Amino acid sequence: MNLIVIGVNHQTAPVEVREQFAIPEARLPEAVKCLASYPGVEEAMIVSTCNRVELVARTKNGQADIRDCMRNLYGVDPEPYRQHLYEYRDRDAIRHVFRVASSLDSMIVGEPQILGQVKEAYATARAVGAIDSQLDALLSRAFAVAKRVRNETSIATSAVSVASVAVELAQKIFGDLDGKAVYLVGAGKMCELAARHLVAHGAKKIYVGNRTMERAAAMAKKFKGEPIPFERLYDTVDLADIVISSTGAPHTIFRKEHGEKFLSKRRNRPMFFIDIAVPRDVDPEMNKLDGIFVYDIDDLQQVVTSHLGDRKLEADRAEAIVENEVEKFLARLQTLDVVPTIVSLQEHLETVRQAEIDRLRGRLGSLSPEQEMAVDALTKGIINKIMHTPITTLKTAARAPEATTVIDLVRKLFNLREVKETAVNEESAVSTEKTEVRN
Amino acid sequence: MPLIWLRVAVAFYGVGLVYSILLLSKRGNLLAKVVEPAVGLGLIFHFVSLVESFVLSGHFSLASIHNSESILAFLAMVVFFVFFVGYRTVSPGIVIFPIVFLLTLASAIGQKPVALTSPLLRSGWVFVHVVLIFTGYAGLFLSFGASLLYIVQERTLKSKHPARLSSWLPPLQTIDEICYNSLLFGFPFMTLGLAAGSVLAIDKYGPYFFYDPKILLSFLMWIVYMLLLYMRWSSGWRGRRAALLATVAFVVALGAWAANYFSRIHSFRS
Repeated sequence: MNLIVIGVNHQTAPVEVREQFAIPEARLPEAVKCLASYPGVEEAMIVSTCNRVELVARTKNGQADIRDCMRNLYGVDPEPYRQHLYEYRDRDAIRHVFRVASSLDSMIVGEPQILGQVKEAYATARAVGAIDSQLDALLSRAFAVAKRVRNETSIATSAVSVASVAVELAQKIFGDLDGKAVYLVGAGKMCELAARHLVAHGAKKIYVGNRTMERAAAMAKKFKGEPIPFERLYDTVDLADIVISSTGAPHTIFRKEHGEKFLSKRRNRPMFFIDIAVPRDVDPEMNKLDGIFVYDIDDLQQVVTSHLGDRKLEADRAEAIVENEVEKFLARLQTLDVVPTIVSLQEHLETVRQAEIDRLRGRLGSLSPEQEMAVDALTKGIINKIMHTPITTLKTAARAPEATTVIDLVRKLFNLREVKETAVNEESAVSTEKTEVRN
Repeated sequence: MPLIWLRVAVAFYGVGLVYSILLLSKRGNLLAKVVEPAVGLGLIFHFVSLVESFVLSGHFSLASIHNSESILAFLAMVVFFVFFVGYRTVSPGIVIFPIVFLLTLASAIGQKPVALTSPLLRSGWVFVHVVLIFTGYAGLFLSFGASLLYIVQERTLKSKHPARLSSWLPPLQTIDEICYNSLLFGFPFMTLGLAAGSVLAIDKYGPYFFYDPKILLSFLMWIVYMLLLYMRWSSGWRGRRAALLATVAFVVALGAWAANYFSRIHSFRS
């Protein structure tokens, strides 16, 4: 499996760089298609969230120049960002995909949103036909691993989400959140989550501003809040003490001069801007104004990491699970791979041929070297002719979702023992795992 | 006897001072659990000392400068506790405790106090004037302390440094409320105190009294005080600007206090 993952995440790149590589939801299908149809790429998917952008691709022979493809995709040369980009191949790539799905690579280790985001990215890639059998197998396994990590360790249950950190900071500013007003700019999921937390801690009034009024209304309804048309944004934001912004806008929405206006309208009562958008919605310059506090996603991370200490142990256990799953997946890949099956099939037929020749050698009497060669050529020819179609079928089948069935069938038909043994081993591995779980 | 109680009070206030120093030197708040009962006990002993000295002298009077310092410290502590009950935070103490400790220490040191002999000081009205003004001072001290805390907390939040965020400081808004409400609390006392003083002085010296440095500084302080309140009320000044103005008010207040030594009318040494 020639798997390659190239990406940036919150650890390797500051928000300014991630902004360069982020792909808005609306453009994602087109981008995936572009990646998947790049020469040398067989299957592909793209995960783009505010904390990471991951380009996952399976290539024909590991030679496809994904970086060149990125140049087309973004219209930006990735070379200046070399230090921020990471690249994983094969085994490391599998591990990385597993870790991302299990939320071990998240800014907030154990936060549940990433799994949903990966699932969505997978669905998008599938919908445009960018995913075939192997990535399909990888992703289904990744989801299973994520589930296992969630069930067997406690990292998810003690997850400190961005939302709860936002609440904590809001309490540092406003004390009791009772009666505080919250303004959601953009109607995204993160916004909703953060708002839910704030409401749970006493925030009363919710305003929702969104480009499409229907979405704003739908979101406002959830909180019994008030939808506000986007045109009125700058006239109304000062109503709120806490502003959560997560729009997909390519430029900042709130700049310093806006902040000054808000403050004078609010008679300098403090405001807290939580900017979870990438690219950012709030100009960091705003933080310099007396009475305005701006936290972007990276700032929240800093606070979050300080909460992480005690969860190190659970994270280690989760890493061990991922490692174990990577091994298992690789083992399975080998059985999935048709090459060993074809090789053992050929070996099997070759032994049959040799045995038959040896058996009938006596009856043929003495043969001249030319005759010997003719017999060899004859028997080999028959086998090759007969096997040509099945082997081609096997090779094509490997790329189709039903690969396992076909390979299994071939193994059964020819009673190919070696492969069978591996299968038995895997089965016993599964049963030991089950007993472990029971214990 | 009152002096003994006062010295006990000083010892307890000392705990508050150490607490402040520990916090300022970032050694953490080791004394967080004891500081509150300690200064509370200090306040009780202080009260006992004051009552006893009044009982001994037979009337409410300010027999010495040291006695008045003791009253100022006492009132500052009372105002601090009023706000402590309201907001459950000792943090403004970081400024109040050292002030109170020094004032009380000054009045408890055994040297022979400068006796104020003016018979005027026996008057109950003068006592009322002093207590009112001192309560106003106490409100100003607390507000000044809180506005410094506001700046610290604001910086902390803006620095986004997670380790510092988990500090001992109360939420920004709480500090802000303490800042404003202590001003509001002190202002009427200050105003009435000045009015009472003016009435007394006009009664005794005529309008001439106004050209005294002490009086001028006191009125300047009152104007700054009012300006602080006004800016706060009209345009919501807080943070840096409010702290700056509060510092000005505090410095003028110190000046007015020190002016006793230059003032003819207000020195009461006949």
